[in-house]
Amino acid sequence: MAEVRMPKLGESVTEGTIGKWLKQVGDSVYKYEPIAEVTTDKVNAEIPSDFDGVLTAILVAENETVKVGTPLAVIAEEGQAAASQNETGATAAAEPAAQRASDDGEAQSPEHDAQRSRYSPVVLRMSQERGIDIARIKGSGIAGRVTRKDVLAYVPGKDGESAGGAQAAERKQGDVATLPSASAYAAPDKSESPSTPPASGEAPEREEWLPVTAIRRTIAQRMLQSKQQAPHAWMMVEVDVTPLARLREREKKAFKQREGIDLTYLPFFIKATVEALKEFPLVNSTWAEDKIIVKRDLHISIAVATENALVVPVIKHADRLSVSGLASAISELAQRARSGKLTLDDVQGGTFTVNNTGAFGSILSQPIINAPQAAILTVESIVRRPVVRGDDSIAIRSMVNLCMSLDHRVLDGWVSGQFLRAVKLRLEQMDEQTSLY
Amino acid sequence: MTVKLYIDAIRDAIQEEMRRDDSVFVLGEDVGVRGGVFRVTQGLIEEFGESRIMDTPLAESAIAGVAIGAAAYGLKPIAEIQFADFIMPAVNQIISEASKMRYRSNNDWHCPLVIRAPYGGGVHGALYHSQSLEALFYHVPGLKIVMPATAADAKGLLISAIRDPDPVLFFEHKGLYRLVKDDVPDGEHTVPIGIAATRRQGTDITVITYGLMVHHAMEAAQELESEGVSTELLDLRTVAPLDREAIVSAARKTGKVLIVHEDNKTGGVGAEVSAIIAEEALFDLDAPIARLCGPDIPAMPFSPPQERFYMLDPDKIAAAMRQLAAF
Repeated sequence: MAEVRMPKLGESVTEGTIGKWLKQVGDSVYKYEPIAEVTTDKVNAEIPSDFDGVLTAILVAENETVKVGTPLAVIAEEGQAAASQNETGATAAAEPAAQRASDDGEAQSPEHDAQRSRYSPVVLRMSQERGIDIARIKGSGIAGRVTRKDVLAYVPGKDGESAGGAQAAERKQGDVATLPSASAYAAPDKSESPSTPPASGEAPEREEWLPVTAIRRTIAQRMLQSKQQAPHAWMMVEVDVTPLARLREREKKAFKQREGIDLTYLPFFIKATVEALKEFPLVNSTWAEDKIIVKRDLHISIAVATENALVVPVIKHADRLSVSGLASAISELAQRARSGKLTLDDVQGGTFTVNNTGAFGSILSQPIINAPQAAILTVESIVRRPVVRGDDSIAIRSMVNLCMSLDHRVLDGWVSGQFLRAVKLRLEQMDEQTSLY
Repeated sequence: MTVKLYIDAIRDAIQEEMRRDDSVFVLGEDVGVRGGVFRVTQGLIEEFGESRIMDTPLAESAIAGVAIGAAAYGLKPIAEIQFADFIMPAVNQIISEASKMRYRSNNDWHCPLVIRAPYGGGVHGALYHSQSLEALFYHVPGLKIVMPATAADAKGLLISAIRDPDPVLFFEHKGLYRLVKDDVPDGEHTVPIGIAATRRQGTDITVITYGLMVHHAMEAAQELESEGVSTELLDLRTVAPLDREAIVSAARKTGKVLIVHEDNKTGGVGAEVSAIIAEEALFDLDAPIARLCGPDIPAMPFSPPQERFYMLDPDKIAAAMRQLAAF
């Protein structure tokens, strides 16, 4: 908006009278076009406009006398006038940002987003040092920029509480608990404990917004990556573990007394798996674009849900362990996982994953492969069911489904089927004669 | 402690050192009989005589050259260049001779020279009585440059300069002579060369400046305080060598830095301060380093509105500070 003022029409002229307005409000005006006639005691003259634009206001009426310099009219210039910058021509660094801010909100939205994700070095450094998720900090700087003061003032919610109820539901007290869709390969680093600020504040009434913790973000990333990279195929077999169930029933009390840990089904399943892997080493491999790397070592990943994280520790050289040894290893890893004492070595190097999804009563799962492994096996719930036997009689047997997701780049139906059959056979052969050691 | 004018503090420093040390003497145009065109050396010729308060011909090259020679000979000259703008004929002596003396003689010779020169504008001095010239010299190894903003620092830095065994340029802002007065310690008072002074502690933005601009920046900082912006203000005091530690520490404190000086922007002291901060404190910066300086125009116009355009003032500084604080 530009003003036209009463000009000084002579050396000693101090005021002037508007004789006649030549333009009305709403008229468009070009630069130097006369807009009013002025009379003074010395001279009559026309006042030209100094700007191109539209006359938006007349401030002094005809026949009114005003002093030199008094604003007479307002002209809205064509195009937005750039905000006048400080006159020395020197530039404060925030000038471009200030210009954006001074524009009448036109460019706000795209600029806002641009500034919102531009983090200064100190903001990045501090948020890393303090383990703050930078995306969660509200910016008080220009156009929503997160400033150093914002980071200093940031207060996360109670530490350790996981976002949402989903993870809490997955906790299992005694047993090695797992998750329906296995394989989150999250490092159990203590410093990564999710900082979860209060989720509310911006959510509308019928919604609850759960903040995404660092762990969840990692899980999400890994799951997506795995599914995107490996073409997942899936296979399932039913296994009759009635003799195995009897074995466990018989041994578990004495085992607990002797070893001090529970004898669950998992060690048995892992033992059968490991032996089958020895027979079909291709299942224990990795796709490497121009080659398939078949691993000679058998490190079995198992998923463990702890209070505030999901971890997948690894039983190293699982083929060297007996059932009892596996039970120990599982128990020890689970304990360390829950107390946050897992080392990086504990969670690295797995070559095949076994997941106990049956802990929730699931009888069928489609697990996501724990990249870069080639396959993952889930052990579903053991269910007592009527089954038709070989001699056409019907009996109640303990049946369990074993589900396997496989990377179809490395494996195909034939190998996988053979592998699963091998696992099944071994499990069905486990009975009261089987040694735990 | 006595409240003294900037100009009186300078005179006191000269007088006290001349009394203390016979080898100290003053030379320059109109310093003796006239007492200096600004009256800095008034009364001194009466006390010390014309051999120690020496009126020279109008020949800056000679003023500097004679002083350098005297210094090499063991005397302690305080050479005055009547206006910093006139220092140009003396540049060869200062840069080619004074700055290199110790280095080229491998410590056999040194040059305990002080060159005093009033600098700065806003006094309708136009092109030859308003310039800031520190940028020409701070680049030269072997020269120290001090630019006090307060009367106490003027006395303390001048005494330190006189006692310094190597050449020191003492730029005194002519606009501060009678504008500024503050508490000056009586008697012996030295301020170490190369150490900056924190004038104001703050947490939101850092302003680094020197000379007259220190006072303008203080005023701006006070205004901003009432708007909720807390300013850390660092007075460099010495422009060569720069107090790197103080600069980096002040920058780190807030992450937002505004460097202010009256001198032209390009290649000014602000450029070096900015580079130091960028080199040593990148991961503490919350905003690009800002410089508010004199425009790249010959300093400075005679026409009053143009001189006002050129000179920085508290309003301009406050505006730049606000922008930085909001970033």
